Parts: sequence; structure tokens; C-alpha cells
Amino acid sequence: MSAPASNGAYDEWLDALGDGEGYALVCPEGHGSLPPRRVCPECGSATLSEERLAGTGTVETYSVVHVAGPQFADDTPYVTAVAHFGPVRITGVLRGVEPGSDAVAVGDRVAVGVEERATDGAPLVAFRPAGGE
Amino acid sequence: MTDVRVAGVGLTRFGSHPDRTGRDLFATAALRAFEDAGVPREDVEELNYGNFMGALAEHQGHQAPLMAEAAGVSCPSTRYEEACASAGVAVREAVRTVRAGDADVALAGGMERMTNLPTDEVTEGLAIAADDLFEVRAGVTFPGAYALMATAYFDAYGGEREDLAHVAAKNHANAVPNEYAQYRKEVSVEEALDAPPVAEPLHLYDACPITDGASALVIVSEEYAAEHDVDAPVAVTGTGQGTDRMSLADRQHLARTPAADDAADAAYADAGVSPGDVDVAEVHDCFTIAEVLALESLGFFDPGEGISAARDGVTTADGDLPVNLSGGLKAKGHPVGATGGSQIAELTRLLRGDHPNSERVADAEVGVAHNAGGTVASAVVHVLEVAK
Repeated sequence: MSAPASNGAYDEWLDALGDGEGYALVCPEGHGSLPPRRVCPECGSATLSEERLAGTGTVETYSVVHVAGPQFADDTPYVTAVAHFGPVRITGVLRGVEPGSDAVAVGDRVAVGVEERATDGAPLVAFRPAGGE
Repeated sequence: MTDVRVAGVGLTRFGSHPDRTGRDLFATAALRAFEDAGVPREDVEELNYGNFMGALAEHQGHQAPLMAEAAGVSCPSTRYEEACASAGVAVREAVRTVRAGDADVALAGGMERMTNLPTDEVTEGLAIAADDLFEVRAGVTFPGAYALMATAYFDAYGGEREDLAHVAAKNHANAVPNEYAQYRKEVSVEEALDAPPVAEPLHLYDACPITDGASALVIVSEEYAAEHDVDAPVAVTGTGQGTDRMSLADRQHLARTPAADDAADAAYADAGVSPGDVDVAEVHDCFTIAEVLALESLGFFDPGEGISAARDGVTTADGDLPVNLSGGLKAKGHPVGATGGSQIAELTRLLRGDHPNSERVADAEVGVAHNAGGTVASAVVHVLEVAK
């Protein structure tokens, strides 16, 4: 097997997220997006700067996934969540909770980092409960 | 601009066809459409064909020429891929081509073969309709994405699993008389509630099945129909398409589908009708929550109000606005690249009066088809009317 192809600016973003230095791209209008971007997807501005993500985000929605594809076969059941971090939302797997429908609630605070997928060790955007409301 | 008519429709039975190749499925649908239309194959000037995951399922790219051969037509042919809206956009292009005067007869539809793959590979194949970097790698499956929308909907507006179970029960009941449907059996609200979870809050009966099947439509100009004495009583009077951000996380609202709002607005304006004029609808209920979101985008309900439509009997077969009388994707089945064409085929049959459920909408004059791709990053809406 050859080395996996690079996804450039996405890989750099993932590495930064794993180092606790995650960022969003923000245009002068304040629209947030995630790399790779040449223009702001909201307004088309080509002036994008990196803005550090807040330490914790807020869960906006979640699901307990019981049936997954082969890449997540050994991860099920797991909780997928979308959490709001300032100018962007991030999608990831919520760990550190029992995967059930009452594992989490909309509005809960979470921290974000990079962990390993149980199935094959591939990097995975992961949330952990941050406590507090 | 010429008016566009549906001259004929053809479908395979939706379900499991373990011994049939994709080309054989599409050939069956196409030949049925030609027979239904009474239009000779040599008159076809354009093939617009929808398919999503043929490269994975049958190791077959470049499918359009193959399907032209299979259907016995010799004309420019193009494959359209817009995830689960692939056939919807294919039909839309046929409508635009005929309207523009670039063709008098077009063949449009689609095919998907899915049951030859193991379930986990189908799950993986469907997931790639989402953003690979930011969603699929983060564990988002196709049911999982709609589950995220369902949770967000419940949080924003209220509603509960039982509301969704009524959507499943309704669509299963509608599928019982439909000879093309995959599941011709009723499912009770209790059975739906008790089924195993797939991606909570969605359970087994909230989800469409894995399906093989094909759809085909013969689309003609009004002039062609008149000149050749083709009986084509249903007109396509409106078409619209919308696009949204690819990732659910990047949407303005996690429980709304503005791409479908845009497609509906455009299609209604094109046809000169309003939501209140619609008598019957086929909507993209890949999951029960998707039907709710479709009803709201189509303007039948305000945001947050569509959740109880099935439970209240508004959208049931004997309600004021029957929705998914075919059984929908939910019970009729969802061969993803064929679905958009199938919806228009079913709506045509309902409006012509030759659908097993036509008696439910005996006086219907205006129908709407709503076809969505991914988590509605793409949407296509068509308005069909009984021609005056």
C-alpha cells in the first residue's frame, strides 16, 4: 500500500485540532468556514484569516448510530454530534458518554479534539463532555 | 416555449432483483415507457439518465451510452448524478431540452442497483453523498444525517417518534395496492415504534429500504403529441431546482431544507400555481423526518407545523392532501438514481386515473413531485397538471 494521499489544508487543520489549536477561516463579514477554502462560501470574499476556536462548543444536535459502514464497524454504537464553536459548527463523535438517547442533550458543552477510530485507528474528530451548561 | 407532456411512463418492480444487471433493469423500464407512450424508439432525440452509485455497485462508470443501447435508442445520452436526486435532475434536463425546442422527444429516468452489495457497503456507498472530509470521516451515515435533522427538529419545534411512526404507517398502507412497491404490507404505528434503532431517534421503519429498480419517462412536446396523435393528458408545467451547503453543519438551520424551498418556489412560479392549488404530492421520504421537512419546504405547512400531518390525517390517503400514495421511498422503495423519475411516473398515473390509488384523488388536477439529494443539499421539484 502506498501512503494515503494528502488532503492538504484539511490535514493541516486536523493536525492543529489534535494539538488543541483548532481554527476556523473567517472572512471580513464574519462568516466562518473550514479549510480548504479559496473563498468564503457565504459571500465569496477571498480574504480569509484563521481564527482560533473557542475551547468549548455547544451541542446543537446528535444521534446514536447503531448501523454504520465498514470504517466504523467496531465503533458502533456511537454518538454523532454537531457542535457550535463560534463562527463554525463541527461534526464529530461524542465520546466519554454511554451511547444512548439520553447520553447528551442539545445545549451541552463539549471540548473538541482528535482521537482514533476504534475500527482502524484512523483520525477522528471527537468531542468530550466539558461539563457545565 | 413549447409545453411539455409526459407521453408514457415505465417502471420495474422495486425491490430485490439479484439476477438482473442495471442495464437490464433500465431496459425494462424504458420499453414499458415506450409501450405506454405509443412513441417509437427511433423518435427519441436525447437520453437523460440518472444514477448515483453504479461505479461502486456494478463497477460501471460511463453508464449513459450503455443505457442508450439497452433502451434501443440512438441519440446523445448523458448520465446525471445528484445523489438521490439524480433522476429528478435528469427529468428536469429533459423538460428544459424539450421546452427549448432542442428535442421533441426525450427519454428520461434512472436506475440503481443496490441489493447486490452487503448492507455495510451500501451504507458506505450512500454515505458518500455527504461531505467526505467533514461528515463521513466524522461518522455520519445517511440515516445518521437525517437523525441529526430529526433531533434538531424535535428540539426546535417539538414532536416525537410517534409522529414519525404515523408517516411510516401511512406510506406502508399506501404501498399495499401498488404493484411496483417493494413492501406491500401494512406496518402499524406500534410496530414502527418497537423496531430496532438504526440511528436514534430513527428506527428501522423510519428508513427506506435498500432497493434495485429503474424508472423511465417519455417526455414530448405538445406539438409532437398533437401531430402524432399521442395520448398525453399530463403536462409538466413547472420545474425548479435548489442547492444548499453540502454539509449539514454548514446550513442556516439544522431542521430546514432551503434548497427545497428554492426548488418549490421556482417550480410554482414556473407553473403559475401556489401550494394551495396542489391536490396530491409525491415527496422524498427517504426517512420519515424527510417527509415532514418536504411538506414544510413545499409550503403546505409552516416550519415546525408539518410534524403532525400524517398523525392528524391531513396527508393520509383519505386526507385533504394525500402524500406519497405510491408508498413513497419508505415503502415503495428507493433505488436512489431511479427515484426522481419514479415519483413523476407515479404522479402521472395518479393524475391519469390508472394508478391503483387514483380513486383517492379522483378530481386531482395538480400534483407535485419533490426529489432530494443527500441531506437536501440538492432538491428538484416538478409540478404536473392535467392538461386542459
